[in-house]
Amino acid sequence: MGSMPALPTLIEGADMHDHWRRHREWLSPTLFILPGAAIFGVVIIWSALQSVWISLHDWDGMGPMTWVGLGNFEELFRDDNFYTSLKNNLIWLVVFMLAPPIGLAIALLVNQQIAGMRFLKSLFFVPLVLASVAVGVVFTWLYTPGIGLLAIIFSAFGATAPALLSDERLVTFAVVVAALWPQIAFCMVLYLAGLNGLSEDLIGAGRVDGARGWRMLRHVVLPQLSQVTFIAIAVTAIGALRSFDIVSVMTQGGPFGSSSVLAYMMYEQSIFSYRFGYGAAIATVLFAIMAVFIAWYLQSIYKAERGNG
Amino acid sequence: MYPRPIPQTARAARALYVALVAAILVVWLAPLLAIILTSLRATNDVASGNLWGWPTEFGAVDNYERVFTQSPMARFFLNSLMITIPAVIGVLVLSTLTGFVLAKYRFPGGRAVFAMFIGGNFLPAQIIMIPVRNLMLTLGIYDTHWALIIFHVAFQTGFATLFMRNFIAALPGELFEAARAEGASPFQTLRHVVIPLVRPALGALAILIFTFIWNDYFWAVVLVVNDTVKPVTAGLANLRGEFVSQWNILSAATVVVAVPPVVMFFLMQRHFISGLTAGAVKG
Repeated sequence: MGSMPALPTLIEGADMHDHWRRHREWLSPTLFILPGAAIFGVVIIWSALQSVWISLHDWDGMGPMTWVGLGNFEELFRDDNFYTSLKNNLIWLVVFMLAPPIGLAIALLVNQQIAGMRFLKSLFFVPLVLASVAVGVVFTWLYTPGIGLLAIIFSAFGATAPALLSDERLVTFAVVVAALWPQIAFCMVLYLAGLNGLSEDLIGAGRVDGARGWRMLRHVVLPQLSQVTFIAIAVTAIGALRSFDIVSVMTQGGPFGSSSVLAYMMYEQSIFSYRFGYGAAIATVLFAIMAVFIAWYLQSIYKAERGNG
Repeated sequence: MYPRPIPQTARAARALYVALVAAILVVWLAPLLAIILTSLRATNDVASGNLWGWPTEFGAVDNYERVFTQSPMARFFLNSLMITIPAVIGVLVLSTLTGFVLAKYRFPGGRAVFAMFIGGNFLPAQIIMIPVRNLMLTLGIYDTHWALIIFHVAFQTGFATLFMRNFIAALPGELFEAARAEGASPFQTLRHVVIPLVRPALGALAILIFTFIWNDYFWAVVLVVNDTVKPVTAGLANLRGEFVSQWNILSAATVVVAVPPVVMFFLMQRHFISGLTAGAVKG
């Protein structure tokens, strides 16, 4: 690695009058990194810390803040809506875990070098670049009772499609399926990159040993993809816990809060009910849950980097 | 290669394979195809419940025209451009600087700064929502384009710094040693060594960041309320209330929102994919 020493000793024979020249070796880099680090530090990191502080107060967003200690958290743990949202986040997490295997399956399906395949492959990626709001509207349309695509498919079999978005038991699953669509595309992208990096030697050796199909996949290919699989699972888990857009667009947490998730509940409590302290407490709990996955992810990325370097 | 490539000579097998993939693709993209088809339907057909049968007339031109003339979509679209383009430029400038320093200089706390950029990138939006909203109110730019521009520049700089730092760290070290040997100042190194070499990375980064910002919905509903400032994502959510059950119009509006990132993606596909996998940090 050709990294430069940051604090070089004085350049020999440096002109004593040339103050700037002497200091620029450390002054310039400091000036370069300052704007980015400052804006990120203030707007993102400092805000996160402030939220934790706000969560210990009662606050309507305008007037003075009143210290309530852990009061918001105590109330939260007695709030039925909190448990509904938490349960829904868990459903998201579980259903989202379909994304890595389905993404792998599609990646395996399309990983052939044949004229025209590149274009077909890239069409599979399209859900990934769609705005989640657009995905939400698309699936709301598909689910529309009576006239949506789902209703048409059901009626072709002489059945009536359930009104997914107004059914308290089904609504969360219907929403997760919509969000799963781009998530699968994301996992597929990761796995296609992983398949490109497979060791030809190991595959060849496997073939010589007579490994084929499922056995080849399980014993030769998947072990080589373990890093990709790990990233896919971790990023998918974080995505499931972050979910907000699609819930907001498709159901606004309804009917009767039955499809809410922590991220949406937080938004609702703050923006609609002006309970900023309570909202901050929900955000803090959400962050604490996510921190487990984030730490797990960062730690193994760090390990992998060390391994490579 | 895995799975085993279908041999060049097996023509029938190849044709069959491509046909199979195409068929699966149609099912995969069915939701999108449904919305595109609906956006072509005439209002009469939608009103009379003919949503999937053969159309009695085509309404494509009329629908898209109505999206732009009878809804504020043109304004939303312009707002999205006015927010996204300056924000992308800001992110590229800041992250080239931070990436260069973090890749090529060692200094006390350097690791901590880098960790801050990566870690902050994963924070759920809700944990920073209230203070960021307050900050914009205090600065007097809440409900203006600036609120979204500044927020996106700040947030995306985390991901972009990681991306640029990794790219610059992988550049050949000899170039930097040569620059030093010739007595180049850090600024000259930046200008004559780093900037010419990072152009391809900036291209990949630009389309990724463009897509992330264009598609943002959460901050669009948190930091702005007025139609004159709203970007397309928040705008589309509004139109749902305005054009209830006029699915042809809503579909056309959805297509309008979706088009810019999709076009960007197809124009710079390779960059996009390599950028996304290199980053692999964004959910």
